[in-house]
Amino acid sequence: MIPVNYFFLLSIVLFVLGIIGFFVKRDLITMFMAVEVMLNAANLAFIALAKAAGSPAGQVIVFFVITVAAAEAAVGLAIILLVFRQKKSIKAEDMRLMKG
Amino acid sequence: MGIFLFFLLAILCVGGVLGMILSKNQAHNALFLVLAFACLGGLFGLLDAPFIAAVQIIIYAGAIMVLFIFVIMMVNFEEGISPEKKRWTLGLSAGLAFFLLVELVLAIRGTLGAMGRTGGETIGGPTELGRLLFTDFLYPFEITSVLIIAALVGAIVLVKKKEKE
Repeated sequence: MIPVNYFFLLSIVLFVLGIIGFFVKRDLITMFMAVEVMLNAANLAFIALAKAAGSPAGQVIVFFVITVAAAEAAVGLAIILLVFRQKKSIKAEDMRLMKG
Repeated sequence: MGIFLFFLLAILCVGGVLGMILSKNQAHNALFLVLAFACLGGLFGLLDAPFIAAVQIIIYAGAIMVLFIFVIMMVNFEEGISPEKKRWTLGLSAGLAFFLLVELVLAIRGTLGAMGRTGGETIGGPTELGRLLFTDFLYPFEITSVLIIAALVGAIVLVKKKEKE
């Protein structure tokens, strides 16, 4: 009933919105959230493909992506907390340790 | 019915992400993202993946976003909201929790998949996924467990304060 193309279109829209959010927002936590949106857009494409191909393998890959995203969130947020302890700020402009 | 549900969920999802981009408040950003992920869970259900839909809601909209909100609480020092507003937020959070519960029940019972069926048999049952995980995808499965241990230990070591000697 629902064409699979619609899901791909939605996935593309979400991915682009994630990229826009990553570049537009200026605080580290929201930039990190934009990365999660991009991961989810990829997940949607995987599941739509699994449906189109009639095989559950694509869904297993989404399962792994979710696991990796959870690990990534734990480590990334720990790093953000560390940065906040040192700089007392989570604005991206204040991160210029490597700028010289 | 299926196509109507698809457009409803898609609009809510894109709206949630747009809200995240446009809103300035980090806590609001996180809640907008919970909405977007919950709608994505519904879309997964429509695509005949009830197990992944449940995992999406429990892990993404639940666990990962709670982690985000904890960190936002730690780094923000804004004033709390007034008591009159607090009652309003209670209703809102109850509504969100109810929405997630309904979606979870629908996902588990496979109702969404029946609505959005695009032809062919059901492919995303937990039995089949489990069989695939422990046969074809056994090595990736074991490696992710190592990855999770590494991330856990890494996060704790990173954030732990140094003991004074």
